[in-house]
Amino acid sequence: MLNAINNALDLSMKADENIVLLGEDIGKDGGVFRVTDGLQAKYGENRVMDSPLAESGIIGTSIGMAIGGLHPIPEIQFAGFMLLGFSQLLNHAARYRERSRGAFTVPMVVRTPVSGGIRALEHHSDSPEILYSHIGGLIVVEPSNPYDAKGLLMMAATMNDPVLFLEPTKLYRLFKQEVPEDAYTIPIGKANRIAEGNDLSIITWGTMVPVVRNVVDKKKLSADIIDMRTINPLDEQAVLESAKKTGRVLIVHEASLSFGAGAEISARIAEKAMFELKAPIMRVGSPSLPYPLPGYETAYIPNEKKVAQAIDKLMSV
Amino acid sequence: MVSKETFNGSVEYVQVMDENGNVDQSLFPQDLKDEQIVEMLKWMILTRALDAKTLSLQRQGRVYTYAPLVGEEATQVGTALAMRKQDMFVPGYRQHGVYLVRGASLEAHFMGWRGFEEGLKVPKEVGGLPVSVPVGTQILHAVGLAFAQKYKKQDSVVLGYTGDGGTSEGDFYESLNFAGVWKVPVVAVVENNEWAISVPRSHQTAAQTLAQKAIAAGIKGVQVDGNDVIGVYKVTKDAIESAKNGMPVMIESMTYRMSMHTTADDPTKYRDPKEVEYWKARDPIDRVRKYLTAKNLWNADIEAKLAEENSKRINEAVEKAEAFKGDPKSMFENAYSFVPETLQEELDDAEANNFWQ
Ligand SMILES: Cc1ncc(C[n+]2csc(CCOP(=O)(O)OP(=O)(O)O)c2C)c(N)n1
Ligand SMILES: [Mg+2]
Repeated sequence: MLNAINNALDLSMKADENIVLLGEDIGKDGGVFRVTDGLQAKYGENRVMDSPLAESGIIGTSIGMAIGGLHPIPEIQFAGFMLLGFSQLLNHAARYRERSRGAFTVPMVVRTPVSGGIRALEHHSDSPEILYSHIGGLIVVEPSNPYDAKGLLMMAATMNDPVLFLEPTKLYRLFKQEVPEDAYTIPIGKANRIAEGNDLSIITWGTMVPVVRNVVDKKKLSADIIDMRTINPLDEQAVLESAKKTGRVLIVHEASLSFGAGAEISARIAEKAMFELKAPIMRVGSPSLPYPLPGYETAYIPNEKKVAQAIDKLMSV
Repeated sequence: MVSKETFNGSVEYVQVMDENGNVDQSLFPQDLKDEQIVEMLKWMILTRALDAKTLSLQRQGRVYTYAPLVGEEATQVGTALAMRKQDMFVPGYRQHGVYLVRGASLEAHFMGWRGFEEGLKVPKEVGGLPVSVPVGTQILHAVGLAFAQKYKKQDSVVLGYTGDGGTSEGDFYESLNFAGVWKVPVVAVVENNEWAISVPRSHQTAAQTLAQKAIAAGIKGVQVDGNDVIGVYKVTKDAIESAKNGMPVMIESMTYRMSMHTTADDPTKYRDPKEVEYWKARDPIDRVRKYLTAKNLWNADIEAKLAEENSKRINEAVEKAEAFKGDPKSMFENAYSFVPETLQEELDDAEANNFWQ
C-alpha cells in the first residue's frame, strides 16, 4: 500500500502542478513510513516541503493554499497529532464552502496514518474516523488495500473538497497486490462488496478487513463482506441492500465500540430495514477506552476470536 | 510623528567548562564541590549505560520503539541535579536521565519502554509527570502545575522539557506566554539537539536562537552549552531562583542527538556523518572525565568498578521488568474514578470469552 500511495501522489503531481505536499519529515527523509520517498528529489523543495513541527500550522496554511488556488496534500505524521490541527479542520476546513455559499472552497487531502497493530508508541495508533465524520463537511476515506488506496487517493486529489485520507499503518506493508501502473480513480462514497454470501452481512473497513476475511474463510461462511472505504459520506444503499438480503448484520471496526461509526450504521439499518432482520444488529470494536501502550495492544484490538464469537452469537439467534 | 526604538533584547550564552575540561573560574559556581562533580560524572555514565542497554534490548525485540539520549546526558543530569528536592518536572519522551537522577527506578524505565502503563506510575517523591509524546504540548502542564504551587504557597519550581522541534508548536508559545502573564515558578528547558527527526534546527525557525522566543513572552531566555554539565547546572540553578521570584525562564540547552531519533529512524538518510564527528569531540562525559582525572579524582579503576556496578543494577532491573506480564483488566479499571456499567460489561465479556488468550 505504501508504494501505491507513493505512486498515486506521483501521478497526481504530474497531472496537476497545483498539487503541493507539506508535512513533517516528508522531504529528504521521505516520511517516517517512506510514503513520500523520492518525491522531493523529483518535484523539488517548492512542491514537497518539510514543514516546521506544528500540525495546526500545517493544516491551517494548507487551507489558505487551497483557497489560493493550490491543491495541497498535507501529511500529518500520526493521527494522534492531527488533534493539534482539529480546530483548523472542524472550525475552518469543514465550513468554508458552506458558510460562503460556495464562494470559497478548500480542495485539499489531509493524509495521516491510523490504527494500531504495529507496537508503536503512545498516540501513534488511534482510529479517529468518527471524530471527523460527525461534523459534516469533511470527507473521510480509509482504504484497506493497495488498489483502493491508489484509486481513492487519485480521486481525492481531483475533488474540490477537504478529504481526510486515513492510511492504516498495519496495512502499509501487510500484503502485496498488483496495482495498475496508469492513473485510475475509484469513486468516493461507494462501498465495495469484497465477498458475496447469503447468511450474514459483515460491514467493516481499514485494518479489520483482513481480520474479517480470515474468519469468514476459516469458518467457510456464506457472507457478504462490505468494505466501506468511505466513512463519510456513508454508502447507505450498499449496507441496506445487503442487510435486507441476509437479515443478519455484524459491524466490525478497530475504533472503540462506544459512539463509533458502527452505531451510525446500525441506526440506519434499524430505521430502514428492521423488519427484514432475523437477529439484532451486532457490533465489534475495541474497548471503549483510549488506545493503550503497546504492551496491551493485542488485548485491545479486536482479534479473529472476538469476531468469530460475535458471528456465532449472531447466527445462533 | 514619532519614531523610536521601543524594545531591545539580547540573549546570553553560557559555557563554564569547555570540551577539553578547562573551566572558566569567573563563571564557576562557588558552592559546587569536587564530590558533586564526581556525582555528575557518575550519573552521566549510568545514564549512558542505561541508554545503551535499552537500545540493545530494542534490537532484540525486548523493548518497543525507543528514543535514545546518548550525547544529551549533561543537559539532563545537569538540570535534574540543579533541582531542589521539592521541585518538579514535566518531561517529553527522551528525558530518561532526568528520571534517573530524580530517583525513579530503572525497572520503571524498562516497564514503560516495554509498553506497560505500570512503568508510568511515577512515584510522588520523584516529582515528575509521566512521559509525554505529543511534542511541545506538555510545557503547558508545567505552567499549570507551577500555578498550583504558587496558589498553594508551596516553594517549588517546575521544569518543563521539550526539544528544538517542540518550540514550533503553538502550545509551546502559549506556555511561555501564560508563564509570563502569571509570573509562575516555571522553567522551560529546551533540549536543543539540533534535529527534530530529519529536520535540522535551521529549518525549524528563522529565529537566530530559540532562547529569544522567551523574550517575546516577556520572560527570560538564556542559552547554555548543553554538553557542559557544570554550565547547565549553573544556568538551571539561577533559573530556578529567578522563577521562584516571579520571573520564569526558558533555557535553550545546546546539545546534539548523537544517535537516531528513535529506533524506527535511519539518520543516514538525511544527515552528514561529519556532523556527528564534530560533536563527538564535544562529548559531555569526556570533558568531565578529563577535568576530574587532572585533579586526581578519577581514573580507569574507578570507572571500571562503576561500569560493573552499573551493569549489575541495570541487568537486575531488566530481569524484574521482564518478569512483569501485565493484566489487560487494568486498562478497564483505570480510565475513570469508577468503572461505568457499560465498560464493566465489555470487561466481563472479554474475560468470559477469553479474548486475551
Ligand atoms: C505533536 C506531535 N507531532 C509530531 C510528532 C511526531 N514526532 C515525534 S518526535 C518528533 C520530533 C521532535 O523533535 P524535537 O522537539 O527536537 O525533540 P527530539 O526528538 O529531538 O528530542 C516528531 C515530529 C509528535 N510526537 N507529536
Ligand atoms: Mg530535537
